[in-house]
Amino acid sequence: MALKLYGIPMSTCTARVLACIYEKNIQFQLVPFNLAVGEHKQPSFVAKNPFGVIPVLEDEDLTLFESRAITAYLLKKYKEQGEDLLRLKEGNLKEEAMVGLWTEVESQQYSPATTPILYEYFFAPRRGKIPDQKVIEDGIVKFQKVLDVYESRLSQSKYLAGDFYSLADLHHLSFTLYLMRSPWVSLISSRPHVKAWWECISSRPASLKVVQAMTPAEK
Amino acid sequence: MVVKVFGPSYASCCRKVLVCLIEKEIEFEIIPIDIIKGEQKSPEFLKLQPFGVVPVIQDGDYTLYESRAIMRYYSEKYKSQGTDLLGKTLEEKGLVDQWLETEGQNFHPPIYILIMQLVFHPKLGLPIDDKIVKESEEKLEKVLDIYEERLSKSKYLAGEFFSLADLSHIPFTHYLVNDIGKAYMIRNKKHVSAWWDDITSRASWKKVLQL
Repeated sequence: MALKLYGIPMSTCTARVLACIYEKNIQFQLVPFNLAVGEHKQPSFVAKNPFGVIPVLEDEDLTLFESRAITAYLLKKYKEQGEDLLRLKEGNLKEEAMVGLWTEVESQQYSPATTPILYEYFFAPRRGKIPDQKVIEDGIVKFQKVLDVYESRLSQSKYLAGDFYSLADLHHLSFTLYLMRSPWVSLISSRPHVKAWWECISSRPASLKVVQAMTPAEK
Repeated sequence: MVVKVFGPSYASCCRKVLVCLIEKEIEFEIIPIDIIKGEQKSPEFLKLQPFGVVPVIQDGDYTLYESRAIMRYYSEKYKSQGTDLLGKTLEEKGLVDQWLETEGQNFHPPIYILIMQLVFHPKLGLPIDDKIVKESEEKLEKVLDIYEERLSKSKYLAGEFFSLADLSHIPFTHYLVNDIGKAYMIRNKKHVSAWWDDITSRASWKKVLQL
């Protein structure tokens, strides 16, 4: 039975899981999902994820939510195919821990800093709200400090966890893609090592598939 | 080789690491960092942890930060000694990750605000923002409602075994229950309350409170 993924490709968290699925070339079924009609609040979906958010993965009798738990599960289950993005091979525990460190940094520093900016710019207008400029300005100040740490790190290391592409880099794709479609592209492009890193990770074949999945269909 | 843990022994994210090290029977030494005086922003500390937060560990010439990354590393490295905190099967590990992510994404943000505002702002001479405190309590209450439902079906968050997912909740919740008069948030939920009593009765937590 193929894996079922409940989610929407345009959503950053669903796209995070898609990136992993494409890297590993995993057979899956994307279950169509309609946020606009409140499908995420329906009892049948809340039974799968009590927090009522996408994505959710079903693998036979295992149901998992939280995109970063789903990606870790998929990389462990399919560790024999595609690249070893978690450094699971014997003797690589320290590298695996560095991947763990930078996935935590994405989760605790990078994404919390980008979320308010991207929410105000992309999603508030869709809900009939005017973007809150103060939230955006404060967000940019915080995000610049985080990016300065990334610039320093990436001047010493080709990718975040070391000289190898890993889950830590992959987890950044979807939020950064939105950033690159916003007025604040220069936050990335003004930092040469972050810019080079972004160009590298976003041009992988699997990443290009994510870009396509996250591009709205033309009417 | 003794693991060096940089940070004050009362800081919640440091305590997560200390509980984990004790559960895994790993020797450690605490190197105190004065976060009230801002030592975590000093140039020397920033070389260890560029985001200027605690904890950081040094194990010989190996440095690691982010408390959940540290806990995962030691739980995996010493999987054959002490308590199994990760789960045995791929499915169990998936559920531990799911609930540890839930702690990081849903539980931590509002409880962190509550503890910072109500415990640490007074120590730092900063004002308390009543609006953000009220909003955070409301958010945390909704998360705890979901935990109540989960824990009515499962002894611990990831299943019938204590794991990193449960452990990661202990230190901040301790401040919630003991220091800011919000024990009712835990006690008015039968299964969350029973879970709380269970996980805080562990010898590892009692030892950390004495450090």
